[in-house]
Amino acid sequence: MTAIVVYIDQLDAPGKLSTTVGQLLTLARGAGEPVAVVAGPASAALLAELGAYGVARVLHSEQAELGEYLVAPKADLVAQAAAAVSASAVLVDNSPAGKEIAARAGVALNAGVITDAVAVTYDGGTLVAHKSVLAGSYTVQARATSAVAVISVKAHSVEASLAAEAVIPAVEAVEVAFAPASLAARVTKRTPRAASGRPELEDARIIVAGGRGLDGDFTPVEELADVLGAAVGASRAATDAGWISHASQVGQTGKKVSPQLYISVGISGAIQQKAGMQTSKLIVAVNKDAESPIFEIADFGIVGDLFKILPQAVEEIKKRRA
Amino acid sequence: MENSALNIVVLVKYVPDAQFDRHLTGDAHTIDRSESILSELDEYALEAALALTDARGGAKAGNVVTALTLGPASAAAAVKKSLQIGATQGLHVTDDALAGSDASATSLALAAAIKTLGPVDLVITGMASTDGETSLIPAQLAARLGLAQLTFASELEVEGGTVTARRDGDDYSEEIEASLPALVSVTDQANEPRYPNFKGIIAAKKKKVTTVSLADLGLAASAVGAEGSLTTVSAAAERPARTAGTIITDSGDAGIQLVDFLAAQKLI
Ligand SMILES: Cc1cc2nc3c(=O)[nH]c(=O)nc-3n(C[C@H](O)[C@H](O)[C@H](O)COP(=O)(O)OP(=O)(O)OC[C@H]3O[C@@H](n4cnc5c(N)ncnc54)[C@H](O)[C@@H]3O)c2cc1C
Ligand SMILES: Nc1ncnc2c1ncn2[C@@H]1O[C@H](COP(=O)(O)O)[C@@H](O)[C@H]1O
Repeated sequence: MTAIVVYIDQLDAPGKLSTTVGQLLTLARGAGEPVAVVAGPASAALLAELGAYGVARVLHSEQAELGEYLVAPKADLVAQAAAAVSASAVLVDNSPAGKEIAARAGVALNAGVITDAVAVTYDGGTLVAHKSVLAGSYTVQARATSAVAVISVKAHSVEASLAAEAVIPAVEAVEVAFAPASLAARVTKRTPRAASGRPELEDARIIVAGGRGLDGDFTPVEELADVLGAAVGASRAATDAGWISHASQVGQTGKKVSPQLYISVGISGAIQQKAGMQTSKLIVAVNKDAESPIFEIADFGIVGDLFKILPQAVEEIKKRRA
Repeated sequence: MENSALNIVVLVKYVPDAQFDRHLTGDAHTIDRSESILSELDEYALEAALALTDARGGAKAGNVVTALTLGPASAAAAVKKSLQIGATQGLHVTDDALAGSDASATSLALAAAIKTLGPVDLVITGMASTDGETSLIPAQLAARLGLAQLTFASELEVEGGTVTARRDGDDYSEEIEASLPALVSVTDQANEPRYPNFKGIIAAKKKKVTTVSLADLGLAASAVGAEGSLTTVSAAAERPARTAGTIITDSGDAGIQLVDFLAAQKLI
């Protein structure tokens, strides 16, 4: 069986596996021998979790450079560890940093890189990445033709599952030889962003998103989101106006989401907004302008004033639940 | 150190206009490039370069902004538009053998093209191309050129020989600092791109555009294109277009009808 490297960042929240990493480990176990490459400490708690996913081999580095400089040192770690275990594939999460680690590891390993995979399957010895392109208008299957494949995988590409039998991983500390240019972009300050307390956009089954129509007050959207247990999204018009955090932006330059239900409120449906949400299972739109392009893709559309419709819906849901 | 003139390369990609339906064609499932334009997200890269060079006295003071594109003959339009907006000169990498290049092959050829320009202070790119949308090229170029990588910058400053950027992530906002030369990719939060004006359109006619082939770059045809690429697309399927469903007009009870819809879909 060939080694499949999964990159795990333990610099920010050591001791805890993110849900996406559990999914990547599950994918790796299905395709070969999962090898965890960890930036940061390999704590007992982490090793127990990795063992439960069937990871028998862990390579890690606690070199300070990994956190002191942007992305590049992490890519050096991944590339050098992947070469050391003769990996046939490297899996990373699809965050901006994950994609950039993939990009640089691809150069170092002379490996093909595929981003934004929504599923990874196994076909006669090669990994096949499934992704959607051109703002969701096509789905394609891509594969690497190189000896090593590097794939960044979106959240929920597979359901995380533990191995039938837990193993006790062997741990090796590795000493990364950083390229000089990898230690050139120094992170001088990190300011944590406030958490909203609501589900993350990528994880949410339901998203309620608001646009310029909210006119400065996101309360109606937030109240509907809270009764539905939904995440709150926004158009760029709303984030640019400062009504809500830029992290909530959905679209071409924001998050690309595919929830079960996307409720679009006071959003016209510009092409850049649609690029981030038109692969949602169901779309509901509330907009006072019947000509808004959002209605062209809505499964259920309501032409009307959001300030009347949303509070009424919130009341009705509470009433039915009482 | 004072603010001396800068030599900047801006990457501008020629991409299918997203306002129209976009298609994959042929056995290799490559993008149909008719109806193409300068990538909207590269306008932010160009603006970032022009803001920096304007602040240093512009072209008169020896600042250079080279608009670089890699693409078919028609991609010259992306360079031309960049010159109209304010770039000083253009560089167009074009060769039949480049067709079907993936990120690895594209970054290889772009890196070779940038090297022909001699020492540059900054390479500035968009955060993603609006067609491929991988965001791989900036990181691969930085790796291949051995440049400091400051990517997804929502703020960018150059003071003396030091570049600083702000990078906004989901969990953190980071300040990044490096010495020049460096590669920066900018987001659509970084600035407000300017439009070409009449003077710029006239001035662009006199600006120099250099067109180079693979041979000029010392690259073999087999190093790029489908042959030199390290990924292939083995299958592609067009998704059925979304169609409009039920549209109602509120006559006082639309909120309740919304809840009925959610209940029917078992979402509450
Ligand atoms: C490079 C680039 C990248 C971009 N990236 C993104 C992106 O990632 N995401 C994104 O969303 N946009 C993005 N945009 C912006 C996009 O083009 C649109 O400008 C933006 O999506 C518009 O936001 P909006 O729909 O909220 O505002 P508008 O287009 O102004 O629409 C507001 C809507 O609210 C409705 N409305 C007003 N009042 C009420 C009311 N009381 N009740 C009900 N309806 C009401 C109006 O009828 C209108 O349709 C990008 C643009 C560029 C150039
Ligand atoms: N063929 C190309 N020609 C010029 N610039 C490019 C090309 N491909 C990518 N780029 C640049 O790299 C950025 C990121 O592209 P991508 O990695 O394809 O998402 C773009 O915004 C451009 O600035």
